Amino acid sequence: MSDDAIVVEGLVKRFGEVAALDGIDLRIPAGAIFGLLGPNGAGKTTAVRILATVLQPDAGRAEVLGLDVVREAGAVRRRVGLAGQFAAVDGNLTGRENLRLIGKLAQLPGPRILPRADELLERFELTEAANRPVRTYSGGMRRRLDIAASLMRRPPVLFLDEPTTGLDLHSRNELWSMIRELVEEGTTVLLTTQYLEEADRLASRVAVIDHGHVIANDTPAALKARLGGTVIELGYPEPSVAGRALERVAAAAGGSHVEVEASTVRVTSEEGARLLMGVLRPLDSDGLEPATITVREPSLDDVFLALTGHHAEGAAPADVAGAGPADAVPAAAGRRGRRGRRMG
Amino acid sequence: MTTRTADLDLDHEVPFGAVRDTLAVTQRNLIHFFRIPQLLVFSTIQPVIFVLLWRYVFGGAVRGTGPIPYVDFLMPGIFVQTVVFGAMGTSIGLASDIKSGLLERFLSLPMSRSAVLTGRTIADLVRNVFVVMLMVLVGFAVGFRVHTNAAAFLGGLVLVVLFGYALSWIFATVGLLVKDPETAQAAGFPVLAPLVFASSVFVPVETMPDWLHAFARNQPVSVTASAVRALTIGGPTSGEVIQAILWCAAIVAVFAPIAVRFYRRAL
Repeated sequence: MSDDAIVVEGLVKRFGEVAALDGIDLRIPAGAIFGLLGPNGAGKTTAVRILATVLQPDAGRAEVLGLDVVREAGAVRRRVGLAGQFAAVDGNLTGRENLRLIGKLAQLPGPRILPRADELLERFELTEAANRPVRTYSGGMRRRLDIAASLMRRPPVLFLDEPTTGLDLHSRNELWSMIRELVEEGTTVLLTTQYLEEADRLASRVAVIDHGHVIANDTPAALKARLGGTVIELGYPEPSVAGRALERVAAAAGGSHVEVEASTVRVTSEEGARLLMGVLRPLDSDGLEPATITVREPSLDDVFLALTGHHAEGAAPADVAGAGPADAVPAAAGRRGRRGRRMG
Repeated sequence: MTTRTADLDLDHEVPFGAVRDTLAVTQRNLIHFFRIPQLLVFSTIQPVIFVLLWRYVFGGAVRGTGPIPYVDFLMPGIFVQTVVFGAMGTSIGLASDIKSGLLERFLSLPMSRSAVLTGRTIADLVRNVFVVMLMVLVGFAVGFRVHTNAAAFLGGLVLVVLFGYALSWIFATVGLLVKDPETAQAAGFPVLAPLVFASSVFVPVETMPDWLHAFARNQPVSVTASAVRALTIGGPTSGEVIQAILWCAAIVAVFAPIAVRFYRRAL
């Protein structure tokens, strides 16, 4: 298909005994944000590094804009920007010096470098800090400069490896809107993340990757639908009160899944927070106000549990091996059973 | 966003791109020496301590330098050992670039595949020129005298810096191999110490036991120190100078391709 910016087929990369990528296939459409979602060590960074020609694959092939990342690596490098995981900027140079260095190394013609650097500094709100050494920057500023550096050439394809890891909420939101702007201008963005929320907010399509395999490839909405959406937890001082509340909640929540666990009533709903008001009103009139209210969106861990039957991080060997025996783990048993029922 | 410059032809080639890349990386590394002056100060303190130690503490006990004053024997050795230990800076700098993620970015750019290494080694060469000049001043201050002429002395210093440049390629390889600045620092000393101490840098090799002779006399640190001595003290020079230059050429010829190969596969 000609409108795919990136095509990956059977890509394999081993580090010693470990297969970081164990044969992945991806098609990433041009002009959109594609999310690569997975826990630490899933193979996200390896995939991005191969696509950015920084690593060579052991088997399979990958094309960026129709160019093979191994045989035509030079041409690929002229068309992609990479912002790696570590905010790869030089702390001893100023922000402007960093962009000037990258501009030269990105083979921009001399007269274009400084205007482009200043344009990006302004766009990423770094003009005031431009002449300060980067070691004095905050984490968010460093990350913005890092992304600015990857844009010096105006690459049609941009790789962002966990762009918001370690950033506070404000910086994260700022960065998200900056990434959206880039896509509006026609850039194709491949973004890796550990956060389902980030993939949901930004990406039009998401591949979930685990132990070097693509285990799901769908729109964020479809992925969330498979999870059942928002979870509302109402905490009561005693199980008996929770039991009484359960009846009211079940009546108010319609078709949503409602259960009680000890003194907590849990509602899982695709309607999300809107349902909360409908549930709380009858409880309030009956004097059954909960002591605590938690509303949370499904997390990466929920995705993993739903897709693989094991938790995302530090999965125990028994978990990895198969679905059944893991029910023996008491803490996880309730949740797994619930998912099993709903997903049928 | 403000002005949008016209779109760049993505396959546009900048003339002399590799040279421009090397200069850009060199400039970046030199800026470090100005922004972190500690880098220069600490690479100067150690050789100064060695000068004082050997000139005033151990030097009196050293025999076998014949009619030549010990300080005139010592200083050419000091110049050489300064660039030998300084070469560790190359591996530490490169390993830091790997650890900070900068190398990942460089590898993703359409730049020359050797510029990161040539730019690093050239910047370290400039640093060596500065540090060696400083050691010349220290040498004169403690009584070092050149017995030949200015041209021969200058030739000797060029040889020292050339040797330091060759060693930078060995240490570039080390840095790319260990990928961690602390490890690079720790790995450097055990390798360099025998080369510096089992050599003619501080004492004439004739005073060493027979089994150490062959190594101590012919290893590159001794050969370079002897060549510089020949150029500052006098006597037949061509044989030793040619040997020293051959060592430098051989080291670069072997290690530059290895380092570039490791660079491409650094991640």
